[in-house]
Amino acid sequence: MRKGPIIITAAVALFFVISWIIKSGGAPEGSSSYDAIAEGFWLTFAAFLTLAILSFLYKDNPFYKFAEHLYVGVSAAYWMSLGFWTTLVANLFPRISMTLSEWFQVEFISYQYHFWVPPILGVLLLMRLSPKGGWLSRWALAFIVGTTAGLNLPRFLRSDFIEQISSTMLPILVNWQGFGDFFTNFSLSASGQFVSIVSNFLVVLGVLCGIIYFFFSKEHKGAFGAASRFGIWVLMVTFGASFGYTVMGRISLLVGRLTFLLDDWLGIISG
Amino acid sequence: MLNRVLLLCLALVWTVSVSVTAQDVAEGGIDTLSLPLPAPAQNVVAANHVYDDGEVIDVNWDKSPDDPENILGYIVYRAETDGAFDSIRTLLPGETFFSDDNVEDEIPYKYQIGVIGENGVSLSGESELAVATWELFNFGMWNTFLWMFVFCGSVIGFIISAKSGRKLYIRKIGGLEALEEAVGRATEMGRPILFIPGILDMDDVQTLAAITILGKVARVVADYDSKIRMPVSRSLVLTAARETIKESYTSAGRPDGYNEDMVQYVTDEQFGYVAAVNGIMVREKPATCLYLGAFFAESLILAETGNSIGAIQIAGTARPGQLPFFVAACDYTLIGEELFAASAYLSEDPKQLGSLKGQDVGKVIAMFGLLVGTAAMTLSVAWQVPATQWILDLMNNLFTTN
Repeated sequence: MRKGPIIITAAVALFFVISWIIKSGGAPEGSSSYDAIAEGFWLTFAAFLTLAILSFLYKDNPFYKFAEHLYVGVSAAYWMSLGFWTTLVANLFPRISMTLSEWFQVEFISYQYHFWVPPILGVLLLMRLSPKGGWLSRWALAFIVGTTAGLNLPRFLRSDFIEQISSTMLPILVNWQGFGDFFTNFSLSASGQFVSIVSNFLVVLGVLCGIIYFFFSKEHKGAFGAASRFGIWVLMVTFGASFGYTVMGRISLLVGRLTFLLDDWLGIISG
Repeated sequence: MLNRVLLLCLALVWTVSVSVTAQDVAEGGIDTLSLPLPAPAQNVVAANHVYDDGEVIDVNWDKSPDDPENILGYIVYRAETDGAFDSIRTLLPGETFFSDDNVEDEIPYKYQIGVIGENGVSLSGESELAVATWELFNFGMWNTFLWMFVFCGSVIGFIISAKSGRKLYIRKIGGLEALEEAVGRATEMGRPILFIPGILDMDDVQTLAAITILGKVARVVADYDSKIRMPVSRSLVLTAARETIKESYTSAGRPDGYNEDMVQYVTDEQFGYVAAVNGIMVREKPATCLYLGAFFAESLILAETGNSIGAIQIAGTARPGQLPFFVAACDYTLIGEELFAASAYLSEDPKQLGSLKGQDVGKVIAMFGLLVGTAAMTLSVAWQVPATQWILDLMNNLFTTN
């Protein structure tokens, strides 16, 4: 093994131990020495994992790999455990078996025979593990896909079609009293007539051209192509605004992590 | 003598009144001598809430004439046929409606509204008895049914047309033209293709579209004898993806080339999955990264990592919030419905092609409705053209949800 990685690992281990010792001394009054040591360890470990994940910004390294594998392993086990206790134990067993309810110490609700359908489908899915019965898993998949499509069809039709159209039917001319009045009372105020007219016009035009962009049955040439290009410009402008907005949200996440490192761990800023 | 008797009677009445009032007040009572009660609410009507599963009764009433200046609120009382009234809800002044969602179906209830004043509560008359019943059909959704009928009819019509051999035209989709080139590049470089199907399960339509595209990609990969790597975050997606790739290898005449390890479950946890995929990217350096499906906050992290290793990247999602990141960091992006069109375009399956053409019928209807509705609304608002009213009514009926 090369010297470099050994020195870095030793240095990180040393920093870890120093941090652990220091943070163990700063436990709240009244807590036992065991609690203080545990508190110091978990705080240091959280800071170590944060820095290990952030080290990926430099390049892939053993610390990142450690944090990655730990995260994946713990989360996979967590989700499996959560699924078992919240789905099977909390919801299924109290409805299909009094014995299992008593075994897992949950209150038995009543026998509801339609609750046998999900475990049967689950068993069918697991048949995939059987070399001969693998085809049975397709029944469960087909049920899931078919049910989803059926349930979503009316919902999406209402929210993504009917309501979108009714919301976009806007009067192009707002508070219209003729051209004379329009020019006499011309204003660039956000709530003014001119801005309202431009806004409504852009909404209607943008939606129409956006739909044209997503029209697949006709080649986008000529006037149709021009409308389609305008549609994609509208989309790109929207994406730009959305990009900026979301990046601001991500910055707040970074601030949260930095606050943890600088305040909770190092204590060099006040919270 | 008569005067004395009258005076005595008045004194007696006054004494009784005062003692009763004092007792009421002492018991938290509701009446005093000095101030009048507020005027009661009128026309209390209780009726079954239509188009539900028999769990709600709607109660309406006319406001008290003293609302809002001289009242503090309303009390809703409920009773069964011969039972006593119980207070079930207190409402603020101005309210004239209450949905009672704590009823049992097929049991008649009657309601009474109390108006709370400074000096007591005045009661309205009782409503007629109302029974909560369930309905099999929600006729309020007739326009949803109409449009579903139109779209499904169009889709079925186009599917039949495609199956009969008619060539259905679909315009070229930019990102898809690059798909084969991207697979070829990976083959030449001897590196794998990374396929990420999003982080949602098989009950999401974007994941379904991604799995359909996977079938075509896997077929090209099998033809080129290239390698595909697919970490997934859902167990059902794992099953479906393995099934799809296996079929593609079989149909390419290379069933021996299929290996179950091509698809690998990582974790359901969003950022745990991202951490693992990033690790795979920087260690295996895939030549091509395909992100097709439903993505959330991980979109930019994945696309940036893919960009940093110099992979050619093709993304597609119908989540508007994540599209900007893919547009910024990927070589090609399938925007929204292009993802669904892509699966039809690549598979050339009559069912999918018919479905896509049927959706185009929906877009024509949407554009037509939008143009007519906007024109009618503009004429009505700007110039009060009376003839436009029936068009607006028609548009409202067709495009309004209840």
